Amino acid sequence: MTARLEIDEATVTYRQPGRRSLTAVDHVSLSLEAGEVLGLVGESGCGKSTLARAVCGLEPLASGTIRFDGEPVGKLGLRPRESRQRRIQMVFQNPYASLNPRRRIGAQIEDARAVAGRDAAPVERLLEQVGLEPAVARRYPYEFSGGQRQRIAIARAMAAAPEVLIGDEPIASLDASLQARIASLMRDVALEQGASLLFISHDLSVVRVIADRIAVMQAGRIVEEGPTDRVWSDPRHPYTRRLLAAIPIADGLGRLPAEA
Amino acid sequence: MTAAAIAPPRRRMRLPATWRRPLALVGAAVIVIWVLISVLAPVLPLQDPLHQSSAVLTPPSAGHLLGTDELGRDVLSRTLWGAQVSLPLAVVLVLASLVIGSVLGAVAGYIGGIVDEVIMRIADLVFAFPTIILAMVVAAALGPSLTNAVIALTFVNWPNYARVMRALVLGARGQEYVIAGRLLGSGPFTSLRRDVLPNVASPMLVLATLDFGNQILLLSGLSFLGLGAVPPTPEWGSMVGAGVQQFSSWWLATFPGLAIFSVVVGFNFLGDALRDALDPRTAGAVQGTTV
Repeated sequence: MTARLEIDEATVTYRQPGRRSLTAVDHVSLSLEAGEVLGLVGESGCGKSTLARAVCGLEPLASGTIRFDGEPVGKLGLRPRESRQRRIQMVFQNPYASLNPRRRIGAQIEDARAVAGRDAAPVERLLEQVGLEPAVARRYPYEFSGGQRQRIAIARAMAAAPEVLIGDEPIASLDASLQARIASLMRDVALEQGASLLFISHDLSVVRVIADRIAVMQAGRIVEEGPTDRVWSDPRHPYTRRLLAAIPIADGLGRLPAEA
Repeated sequence: MTAAAIAPPRRRMRLPATWRRPLALVGAAVIVIWVLISVLAPVLPLQDPLHQSSAVLTPPSAGHLLGTDELGRDVLSRTLWGAQVSLPLAVVLVLASLVIGSVLGAVAGYIGGIVDEVIMRIADLVFAFPTIILAMVVAAALGPSLTNAVIALTFVNWPNYARVMRALVLGARGQEYVIAGRLLGSGPFTSLRRDVLPNVASPMLVLATLDFGNQILLLSGLSFLGLGAVPPTPEWGSMVGAGVQQFSSWWLATFPGLAIFSVVVGFNFLGDALRDALDPRTAGAVQGTTV
């Protein structure tokens, strides 16, 4: 049986005028099973967001393939996105830029419900699922805080009844107290609907809480991949060890938090 | 990302701030007065603007408050009736330029590539000539009439809108909410209508308001040169043009000139205030202004 999302030797290169082309994603292979949460971690600029964009068809592949339910994901051009591929949805990094400032929350969620067709959950239920009052559907994005907007963005993504949900650094611009809550929320709503979650972050400590498997990316390549517990307790690649060592220690005892 | 794109829609809250600027009020008042004059001209107690009399070139007096012209026509009447000629034509002209320029600019910015190149090179071609010269050439080729003057000015004016629109759409196109819409299956048309255009409308509105005065000036300019209004239409520019030939009769050119001046200044004041009020970067300054 094939995985729900199959990334096979995917390569994304950017042409830079007057300079050598930049390979942002370099022969990356990953797979995502139904109902699985995969955490993708790495430092800024390592290519993890580019990979997420490629999965959505926003970046052309120089080589390799990305298959969703066995069907290759094509580059999104001017034509409307192929309806099957609309079941891959994304939650973006910046909650202040990801909602249309001129449209009511409810209208934006309604647009997404159109994708789901008969599977569409009611707007009220979607909002409740992410911890918001159903009445907020009539408001505009500027009336909400960053954390609330990210909840709305999650509700919008889930309204399309996605089979693959991608979080492209969805917690990076939130304050620390919210990060774990929003990350857990994404896991919960995705799994409740039977969607797979590809969660991208540079924060290994948050990813560890929600991911079943972790892939570590450095300079466009996957350097380590494995079950969360194994990667956390027995990191094999030096880069993974460095990432783990960089996590601030909360108890001052020289051990990693949540280890005890 | 741009501040404009992520700014909340404060139109309802901001418009009142527009009116806290005294110049905005002056501008709006001048324009309202001229609109009223143009609508009410037939019922105002004015002489027929086309009525000729033997009292030619009389200076301002009780009988003719602003004097008479070389054919004995009342200058006050002709100046006020002139609003009915210039204002609607300026509206048509600005709207036509706005629509044509916005559509072409949005298409160029959104689609990009060869379409963008073709549209913007045509725009560059128009930009390469001085506005009034090119408008004169087109108007002369079409023949002198107000309709042709409007067509000529639309032809030289749309690239201004196209260029601004293209830049705005290019900026908005990469916004995450536009991409989110595309991921939900919006085609280019839906994406533009739903996500892009509502968020770039304010600067275009400001541009159009500021452009009004300019276009009235150009329209009068063409008429002044004999390429717009044909006699005996009471058009401001052609009145100034006829007036300068009667140099000793200062009232002939002065009053229609003042009419042009007041409308242009009015629209500029209003446009400036709208720009300040709708631009998030200067909105605070407007709100801080005390009257």
